[in-house]
Amino acid sequence: MNSVLELRGVAKEFPGHRAVDSVSLTLERGGFYALLGPSGCGKTTTLRMIGGFEQPTSGEVVLNGAVVNGLKPWQRDVCTVFQNYALFPHLTALRNVEFGLRERGVRDSEARAMKALELVQLAGKRANLPAQLSGGEKQRVALARSLVLEPQLLLLDEPLAALDPGLRKQMRAELKAMQRQTGITFLFVTHDQEEALSMSDFLAVMNKGRIEQFGTAEDVYLRPATAFVAGFLGAINWFGGAGVRPESTRVSREQPDGVPGRRGSVESLLFLGNCIHLNAKLDDGARAVAELSREENDFREGEPVWIHWRACDEMRFK
Amino acid sequence: MSARSWYLLPARVWMAIFFAAPLGIVCAYSFLTRGDYGGVEQPWTIENYTRLADPLYLTILWRSLWIAGLATALCALLGFPLALFIARSGRYRNLLLQLVLLPFWTSFLVRTYAWLFILRDTGLINTILLRLHLIAAPLQFLYNDGAVLLGLVYNFLPFFVLPMYATLERLDVALLEAAADLGARPFATLRRVVIPISAPGIAAGSVLVFIPCLGAYLTPDLLGGGKSVMLGNLVQNQFTNARDWPFGSAASLLLMLASALLLAALMRSRVAQELM
Repeated sequence: MNSVLELRGVAKEFPGHRAVDSVSLTLERGGFYALLGPSGCGKTTTLRMIGGFEQPTSGEVVLNGAVVNGLKPWQRDVCTVFQNYALFPHLTALRNVEFGLRERGVRDSEARAMKALELVQLAGKRANLPAQLSGGEKQRVALARSLVLEPQLLLLDEPLAALDPGLRKQMRAELKAMQRQTGITFLFVTHDQEEALSMSDFLAVMNKGRIEQFGTAEDVYLRPATAFVAGFLGAINWFGGAGVRPESTRVSREQPDGVPGRRGSVESLLFLGNCIHLNAKLDDGARAVAELSREENDFREGEPVWIHWRACDEMRFK
Repeated sequence: MSARSWYLLPARVWMAIFFAAPLGIVCAYSFLTRGDYGGVEQPWTIENYTRLADPLYLTILWRSLWIAGLATALCALLGFPLALFIARSGRYRNLLLQLVLLPFWTSFLVRTYAWLFILRDTGLINTILLRLHLIAAPLQFLYNDGAVLLGLVYNFLPFFVLPMYATLERLDVALLEAAADLGARPFATLRRVVIPISAPGIAAGSVLVFIPCLGAYLTPDLLGGGKSVMLGNLVQNQFTNARDWPFGSAASLLLMLASALLLAALMRSRVAQELM
């Protein structure tokens, strides 16, 4: 029995709408998992059902082989890092981290809390109140507060959403390192596909209360199961029924041999620093984007071009 | 004069005429000698203050502090859970708040008289108990400290509930969830999170109840039947029956001083932000 969490056909209905519509998912011990989807897809509700803040309307939540439906949050060996951290404003960083340990009656709670603060490199801020901490520091205190309890499973609700973009990238690496270091299973919810792809071992892509695909980052990006997954994980060009990623879309002046292609003209060129996005208007009225390196780009706006791709880069959906 | 000063002018004039001047007069009276038929006469004296040190009056001061403190504690005990309940009642919040305020639709005096009719020997409770043959003779509910306490708690409870509600309503639900998530049962969450965070509201509500209770005279007069004398009754009595205006002035200044000291102590704490 190596799975930490198993969701068996879990559904949640609120008055007037079905937030989660039969979600099944199994998380193996020690992995880093992401639940990715647009806002309102039911990912946060799913997380809240695992944490015990919502009760499923039907289905089973299984933690370590035991059904935990009906158990309260304080009865579950799961911790949550909340979106806005939910640090106790009247307690110092150290006391925040110590909160759960004290509740469990751990004897050397202060020493252990201190260790957890050291783990997140905030030992020096132990006496600060949350109001005296920066966003990134609050995030780390919240993380330490949960990790110190060594839960079977750590849930993170949009953990990076409240941070500045620069800090967000740094915290991605830190979160991942923290997960590897502690060996605790992480399940984090995000609507940012880049975050999900870069951090997680496995991700579940949710849409309208269902999981559309579960797999590794490569799986879902390169072999999306549905048109929704393909479109949500990255930009996509539609050529009839075939979807092609911009980085697999090529541009030339001559008609290419032996590969599918369409005729069009360069509508605009966007310089993005590390690459260039060439927006083309096809003769049939459709639009396509090709991601080119700086060396590849010698095109001008308005110039007629051929847009082509390899058949093996086509993604097709039923 | 700057624009700012002009805005403050009406308040300044008001305060000067209706607060500073009367206070000055009371202060001056407290150092004068009583007139034969009320009023004040020369010479100046501090005898009114030395009289206050009399054990009789110190007992009254002590009783007032004790009863006001007890009433405040009872208001907190009843008001905190009520405010918490209202703050968590979703769309019924406003209705419930209106119900808390409902007693204010009638006058304080009428409401206190109503208790007289409920509690007296031939009142509602005694009549029912007698009719049911549960008691042989009417029970004495009125004219004791219990009745005064009941009247004070009944009248001042909304003053505790409102600031308490304002504080609890702002309490982030995520904090309660975080506490539960970290292993705290509801009672532990209440003790370790809700009460510490809402302490300023508790203090603000307590001040709003304690100070008027300390100076109350109508409730002890009607429900305590004059037997249960508080500072407010002492002051009232000196200005009416005893016709000793200077001593009444000194007693009322003592009352003010007691309130002001308490308030000053609390203003140093976080309560200030809550009241303003």
